[in-house]
Amino acid sequence: MIDEKPSRELEPSPPPPDVAIRLQSIELRYGEKIVLSDCSLDCIRGHTTCIIGLSGAGKSTILRVANGLRRPTRGCVFTLGSELSRLPETEILEIRKRIGFAFQYNALFDSMTVADNVAFPLYELTDLEDDEINERVKSALESVGLDGEGDRLPGELSGGMQKRAGFARAIVNEPEIIMFDEPTTGLDPIMTNIITETIKNIQHKLKVTCLVISHDLPSVFAIADEIALLFEGTIIEYGSVSKVRQSPNPIVQQFLQGSDVGPIPV
Amino acid sequence: MSVAASRRRGVFSGVNRFVEYAGGLATMFGEVCRNVVTLNFRPSEVIRQAYFLGVESWTIVVLTSLFTGLVISLEAASQAVSYGLSQFVGGSVAFGEVRELGPMLTGIVFAGRAGAAITASLGSMVVTEQVEALQSMGVSAVKVLVTPRLLASFITVPMLTVFADIVGVYGGYYMAWLRVHMSPYTYWHSVQTTLIFSDFYKGLEKAAVFGVLVALVAGYEGFRAEGGAEGVGRVTTHAVVTGIILIFVFNFALSFVLFP
Ligand SMILES: Nc1ncnc2c1ncn2[C@@H]1O[C@H](COP(=O)(O)OP(=O)(O)OP(=O)(O)O)[C@@H](O)[C@H]1O
Ligand SMILES: [Mg+2]
Repeated sequence: MIDEKPSRELEPSPPPPDVAIRLQSIELRYGEKIVLSDCSLDCIRGHTTCIIGLSGAGKSTILRVANGLRRPTRGCVFTLGSELSRLPETEILEIRKRIGFAFQYNALFDSMTVADNVAFPLYELTDLEDDEINERVKSALESVGLDGEGDRLPGELSGGMQKRAGFARAIVNEPEIIMFDEPTTGLDPIMTNIITETIKNIQHKLKVTCLVISHDLPSVFAIADEIALLFEGTIIEYGSVSKVRQSPNPIVQQFLQGSDVGPIPV
Repeated sequence: MSVAASRRRGVFSGVNRFVEYAGGLATMFGEVCRNVVTLNFRPSEVIRQAYFLGVESWTIVVLTSLFTGLVISLEAASQAVSYGLSQFVGGSVAFGEVRELGPMLTGIVFAGRAGAAITASLGSMVVTEQVEALQSMGVSAVKVLVTPRLLASFITVPMLTVFADIVGVYGGYYMAWLRVHMSPYTYWHSVQTTLIFSDFYKGLEKAAVFGVLVALVAGYEGFRAEGGAEGVGRVTTHAVVTGIILIFVFNFALSFVLFP
């Protein structure tokens, strides 16, 4: 039996301490469909990494793999120093307490007011007094331009306001990593700028690691330290903003120019 | 593939699914028990849920048991009197109501009303990613969503059953009086001599088990929702049907054990 081991599992290579998240040769399938294959990415601690890619490329899936909401079918995930892909669910929950996640479609608790939504992680995960919680909720709402809207239900807000409420909920607990799934999609240009600035400010102030998915190239160029381009389940280009902009890869160039002629099938 | 072989395969996958389902329920129940033992839940949420689920169900519970009491007595009273057995009417109504029909009908009504409400609300939280949002914060969804609802059902169904028992037995008296002008003494004396307190108490034990079953199945099904509104509808129906079947099965098993 022992000498008949099937194709050797991939050798896990834990990242150095300055890497907050490492995805190593991830493969993820939904049934027959392969969404990610041989996908590798390092997110440097204290930096903002932006993932760009076509709709349906698997960007949201990457975030879920990185915080353990999805288990890859192959490959290793190292987040905040632990190998998530080997941990039981209870220990993954502990790691996730240190990660904020702003969902693409907000995922606000619709039976709670906006303020209660934002307060929820503080109530569940900390021993703070009510006054302190209210204070923190207030400042989180202010930082996304939602002061005074705390008593409304999510259903009574516009899409963009819901987005910002989800955003406040993700940052209120001052996590070590914040993941934003398309933070500016569906916002007006002014709000897009405010959110972009907010991400930059939080990142500079708290030195958090940000992992941002976005289609909005100007805001990507404004906030990113590194950019990763996901195409057909793999990261095909990764590097600093200027490196990616100057990439000779025609797929990257076509994506950055938004052109319909090129190697990407449209 | 031959017909027999494909049938064997069908049976096999059916057994597989059954084992998987039962295992899933057991795992979830284990987690809820751990949360309860370690007091890892919010009492205020349990009370809120108990109030909500109780209010949702009590009118239907009362109506169902009232009419059950009425109809047993309707059948029993005229028969009994014509055979000169009127001293047994109260007893037979109370016996059937308190030991069997009270808990079982309450459980079934609860599955249809509160169980469906639990599955629908959890299911819609799943399809709108609210459950993932919980998990993404490092909060266990079973802890915040299932544990309080299961505790609430554990408390609420026996309480509703007390109502059901009282209303059913009173309904029986009313019908006996209406049909054969039975004296209160004959009816209530019969109730007293037939029923012992442990009948009532064991009936409530059954009810508590039904409450747990309904909430457990409802929670488990809710988490299995996928797709959109249609998926939520599907698991809701499934939760109610499964809950009711389990109540019948467990009612039989519990009667077997509790009333030897
Ligand atoms: N639960 C699921 N079951 C089956 N397939 C899924 C599931 N979730 C996602 N997929 C598939 O995985 C692929 C990647 O989905 P994902 O949401 O990660 O894309 P995305 O890059 O975030 O797209 P968008 O920019 O539109 O948000 C899609 O083709 C989608 O159909
Ligand atoms: Mg997405």
